[in-house]
Amino acid sequence: MSRRISRLGDTHAAITIALVLGIALLIAFLDVGTAANSPVHVPDFVISLVGKYLCYAMLALAVDLVWGYAGILTLGHAAFFALGGYAMGMYLMREIGARGVYANPILPDFMVFIGWKQLPWYWYGSNHLWFALILVALVPGLLAFVFGFLTFRSRVSGVYLSIITQALTYALMLAFFRNDMGFGGNNGMTDFKDIAGFSIDARATEVGLMLLSALVLAAEFLLARFLVRSRFGKVLVAVRDAESRTRFLGYRPESYKLFVFVLSAIMAGIGGALYVPQVGIINPSEFSPGNSIEAVIWVALGGRGTLSGAILGAVLVNYAKTWLTSALPGIWLFALGGLFIFVTLFLPRGIVGTIAAYFDRRRKPAVRDQLLAKEPSAEPEPVP
Amino acid sequence: MRRTRGKQRLAWLAALLLVPGFVLVFAVFSPARAAGGTDPFAGLASPNFDNIQNAVTELAASGNPRARPVIAALADNRLYTWRWPRPDNGLFIKDPDGRFVDARTGKPIATPPFPIIRPVIVNDMVRSAIDAAKGMLDLFSRNVTVRHQAAEALFEAADPDSLPLITRALAHETNPGVHALLAEAEAAARLKSAATPVPEKLAAIRVIGARDDLAARSLLASLSGAAPPVAAAAAAAVRHIDRVLALWNILETVYYGVSLGSVLLLAAAGLAITFGVMGVINMAHGEIVMVGAYTTLVVQQFVAAVFPALNDWSLLLAIPAAFVVAGILGIIIEQTLIRFLYGRPLETLLATWGLSLILQQAVRSLFGPTNVDVTSPSWMSGAIQLGGLTLTLNRLWIIAFTAAVVGLLMLAMRVTRLGLAMRAVTQNRRMAAAMGIRTPIVDALTFGLGCGIAGIAGVALSQIDNVSPNLGQNYIIDSFMVVVFGGVGNLWGAVVAALILGIVNMVLEPVSGAVVAKIAVLVLLILFIQRRPRGLFPVKGRAVEA
Amino acid sequence: MAVDGPSLSRRELGGLGMAAAAAATVGATLGTAALVSRAARAADDNTVKVGILHSLSGTMAISEAPLKDVMLMLIDQQNKTMGGVMGKQIVPVVVDPASNWPLFAEKARELLAVDKVAAVFGCWTSVSRKSVLPVFEQLNGILYYPVQYEGQECSRNVFYTGAAPNQQAIPAVDYLMDTVGVKRWVLAGTDYVYPRTTNKILLAYLQQKGVAASDIMVNYTPFGYSNWQSIIAQIKSFGSAGKKTAVVSTINGDANVPFYKELGNQGIKATDIPVVAFSVGEQELAGIDTAPLVGQLAAWNYFESVDTPLNQKFISDFKAFVKNDKRVTNDPMEAHYIGFNMWVKAVEKAGTTDSNAVIDAMIGVAHPNLTGDYATMMPNHHLTKPVLIGEVQANGQFNVVYQTPGLVVAQPWSPYLPESKNLIGDWLPPMSCGNYDVVAGKCLGKSQKS
Repeated sequence: MSRRISRLGDTHAAITIALVLGIALLIAFLDVGTAANSPVHVPDFVISLVGKYLCYAMLALAVDLVWGYAGILTLGHAAFFALGGYAMGMYLMREIGARGVYANPILPDFMVFIGWKQLPWYWYGSNHLWFALILVALVPGLLAFVFGFLTFRSRVSGVYLSIITQALTYALMLAFFRNDMGFGGNNGMTDFKDIAGFSIDARATEVGLMLLSALVLAAEFLLARFLVRSRFGKVLVAVRDAESRTRFLGYRPESYKLFVFVLSAIMAGIGGALYVPQVGIINPSEFSPGNSIEAVIWVALGGRGTLSGAILGAVLVNYAKTWLTSALPGIWLFALGGLFIFVTLFLPRGIVGTIAAYFDRRRKPAVRDQLLAKEPSAEPEPVP
Repeated sequence: MRRTRGKQRLAWLAALLLVPGFVLVFAVFSPARAAGGTDPFAGLASPNFDNIQNAVTELAASGNPRARPVIAALADNRLYTWRWPRPDNGLFIKDPDGRFVDARTGKPIATPPFPIIRPVIVNDMVRSAIDAAKGMLDLFSRNVTVRHQAAEALFEAADPDSLPLITRALAHETNPGVHALLAEAEAAARLKSAATPVPEKLAAIRVIGARDDLAARSLLASLSGAAPPVAAAAAAAVRHIDRVLALWNILETVYYGVSLGSVLLLAAAGLAITFGVMGVINMAHGEIVMVGAYTTLVVQQFVAAVFPALNDWSLLLAIPAAFVVAGILGIIIEQTLIRFLYGRPLETLLATWGLSLILQQAVRSLFGPTNVDVTSPSWMSGAIQLGGLTLTLNRLWIIAFTAAVVGLLMLAMRVTRLGLAMRAVTQNRRMAAAMGIRTPIVDALTFGLGCGIAGIAGVALSQIDNVSPNLGQNYIIDSFMVVVFGGVGNLWGAVVAALILGIVNMVLEPVSGAVVAKIAVLVLLILFIQRRPRGLFPVKGRAVEA
Repeated sequence: MAVDGPSLSRRELGGLGMAAAAAATVGATLGTAALVSRAARAADDNTVKVGILHSLSGTMAISEAPLKDVMLMLIDQQNKTMGGVMGKQIVPVVVDPASNWPLFAEKARELLAVDKVAAVFGCWTSVSRKSVLPVFEQLNGILYYPVQYEGQECSRNVFYTGAAPNQQAIPAVDYLMDTVGVKRWVLAGTDYVYPRTTNKILLAYLQQKGVAASDIMVNYTPFGYSNWQSIIAQIKSFGSAGKKTAVVSTINGDANVPFYKELGNQGIKATDIPVVAFSVGEQELAGIDTAPLVGQLAAWNYFESVDTPLNQKFISDFKAFVKNDKRVTNDPMEAHYIGFNMWVKAVEKAGTTDSNAVIDAMIGVAHPNLTGDYATMMPNHHLTKPVLIGEVQANGQFNVVYQTPGLVVAQPWSPYLPESKNLIGDWLPPMSCGNYDVVAGKCLGKSQKS
């Protein structure tokens, strides 16, 4: 078993990280380091776009960790992403200070707007970046812990689990839509000025945030990679493939699931926190169930249970969206929908999975079946 | 040539734009003359709504034989006058066939050129006056229904001036229902009259208080400023009505809950087959519902174009049409997509999500992005009053319809050969195949059936909601909730789940507001699943545990 | 046993990694090439580009897609009849922000930075406007926003061609109070910022007019709400207190059809409890059978039924352009009509499409309303507008039953709210400020010296 954990290092991880960091650095250089009229110049606009893709990639990575390795199909992971985003958004709102339209030094504009006189308790401390960063991890982590603790303990699984994660994010969306929640209602939070003292509009900040996203993504990837290749990861896969048997062997599957679920929620939350300053808005529609389903689709497209596939899927689908909404406005949904159908029908293992399987077939047929073990299923697959 | 004429007309209109200022001045200085002259029609030609309103009331009371057609024409926007005032205050009625008659004489006249006349516009106040006037004019009609409506209008108007008329009508009235209503109208008019002595007012309060409805409450509550004994009696009557209505309210909440539950159930019934029985997570389910709703539209337009006489019944025709269209669509989807993905429920989720995007955009391209008008037939509009309960007909029909659809579905699963085969395939596919059941065909038909039911749901939903490309998205999450709450694979579970969700939602809503009610229901659902991880009625058996 | 993890061997991964690297490189190159080529197109000197930023898919397509059609028609007409602007053809750049708010910001950035459009016409919801606002301010673009909104905003880079609350809500309430004699009020809205703010302004206004708190009922419902039975029953019983009751509806688009259907079915007539709506126009009524709703009210600055030569021409042009006789026109379409024509005038006045010059030239530009009289762009970047109250007719159109005697000047900062009562916006020097506190005598936000 251990033969596959190379002592020389992990080529897969090395290549993925090199690609993520390399492309990020390249784009940063082509923006900052070349003249505006140069043929290889990358416009500023691309920087925040790439940053956004990288944040989505973090969400996809988080989804892949729980879905690809622990078999928890979450249809509500965007909730954690959004919560991290809101934690960061609170800090960014407070950073505006007296530069809001009503020039209130304490209250964000939307609170003045709905007539609040003082800051609600849950906003205390949000003016400190360090506190916001704690919240970014704490809030999604805590929610994931409570939700996961209840859910895994009572052995909710399969579609039931998927649907109640969807209910969770839907309920949060409705809650955050309410103006009385004190998070800006439907308009959410926007019009940010500074982050950690740097102007959020400055090119240097944009480039910095994008590079930071690339770094964090690489770190998250390494962590996830380390985890799934460890002994812990083996048990996780065992839980995914045969939960009852693992239980009978003396493991406590719920603890394993809970740990990875919480970790994944925190990873998604961090993604959300980096996402908000780069897109400039956080609003309850980030909680919409469609977003979570899309995140699952990124993973499926890139290749479930490959980690690097999640990153690739997120970037590809979002790039396609950017491109199609301008190139084919009005009919781009045909293209996107068609892509999803095509991938599920013809690339059931996703892009990375298919490529891996290709190399695999040429070498070791035995591994292939383990690579992407199917969902446990009562029925044999009918041959088409 | 047509274009030139258009331009000429436009030039005309441009010139006329100068006139309204003059009209306004004229109106301000001459209302008394316009309304108070010997000509009871004159006020109708005024641009001032108050004058029109007075003229309607005067006309109705004048006994002029032309009053009825003129007021009817006014109500239907068929009454015209000069675009700018002339001394003769000309009024013309445009008959439904397009010919004009003089309003005062009823004699046909030459069609006046459009730019020099304008329709007499009415507003809500005039409309109220028209209703009351119609009540006065119709009080002696031979038709009981018309008299009933007239009495109702007079009760609502509660106008002391109509008191002598009501009293006269009361003496003649033979129909007990109308008689009672007239008595209430009389009491209402008395209450509003300053001349009524106190004992009579108290009697009137008793008469009206016995109605026990909101209209009575409204009338009585308006007496709070009256003489002390009257005000006290009215307040007591209001309290009594409130007590009665509070009881009805409980029933009403249950009815609303059942009605919401039936909508949820109808939307989820198809999913209970495709997802519950087959295990296909069909994210395009909402879009199949939408296809059903658009089929309704197409059928309606087809019927309107080909058999206009059947317009009111096109909805009945739409039900089988939607079933067939959605069912065939379902079979096509199953054959081209789903069957390659059996045993991989999560892949079906992704593929059907893609499909839902395509279907949405296809409908948007075909029918446009905006709402389309699916009209409600007359037998589904309005409400019936059952004591203090207002049962709206469309909801009532949907409850009945849902019961019928789900009942038939259960029956089909139980007694038909296909139903038997479906259950067999669900429980043990290999064994079923070994027994000679052709499982691929059963799969296709099952999926088709689920989609067909979803299509039928679209027909019903078109009666209460928007018909737009977004229709499906509004129901998909709720539908999944219902199926999961009830227990996947169990139709009864879906029925109970939908009713519970509907009623809980409706009980919470008045207390907490609609948004919080919805959130609370979702949270309760999440907690419930913790207690019973396989829903209300888990399907027992080996297959599920595998 | 399938306990083994899905890890890959080194060599497999080597190949895998190289394939991924190749794919990523190709993708990045293609992407950059596409963007660069679009940027190159932007450099074409003989055309002027105009961005159209309206959702063509997703939940808002229902309202926004028709506005795209209007913009394309206006640009087409301008090109054909006037030869474009400053002798250059106008090229529309249509993008689809897909009812997704971050995508709105992204597309706005793309239009300004990549396509280098001279102006953008777009947005519908407040949140979409809030989402793109920082982008327009950062890149100094110009946005024409055509929808009635909650006010409390006055950006130098936005021209608000829809109504501010005092150009819609307050005249409507005045009408109900003075003409209809309403004493009791239901403020019903969808739970988001426009209804919240409008209702807050109305609450303050009603209380100032002496309406008791017990005579006001406020109710909020979620987006796309369709189960109106119990709320309408509540409204009915609230309306049975013996005083004339009216509903002021700020219910958003999608929820309106079920709302009115239920209203009609429960037998509430306009003569009993009138409903005046601020978000229901010809477009929304197109999905409803209006016979039971005759007499219900709406307040807008434009109705399709208003009989003027300009409006007749606009309607027939639009129907011909979209090749569909059944399409209707509505208030935001008129706003785009005015906004676009004003932009053309401002560009010709400034002699350039440069943002600063056009923004300065816009103030004071006037253009005829489709309903008569002239709209003028005021220094607060809002228009002067007539306010019309219309009653629903059986044919889905509105009859105007009241019109403000003159034009109403917008107050983006509501004087009825304590936090904004001292604020004004004035983008003319010397003030050049969107939120000037007249009491403190200073600008609270960015003051722009052009």
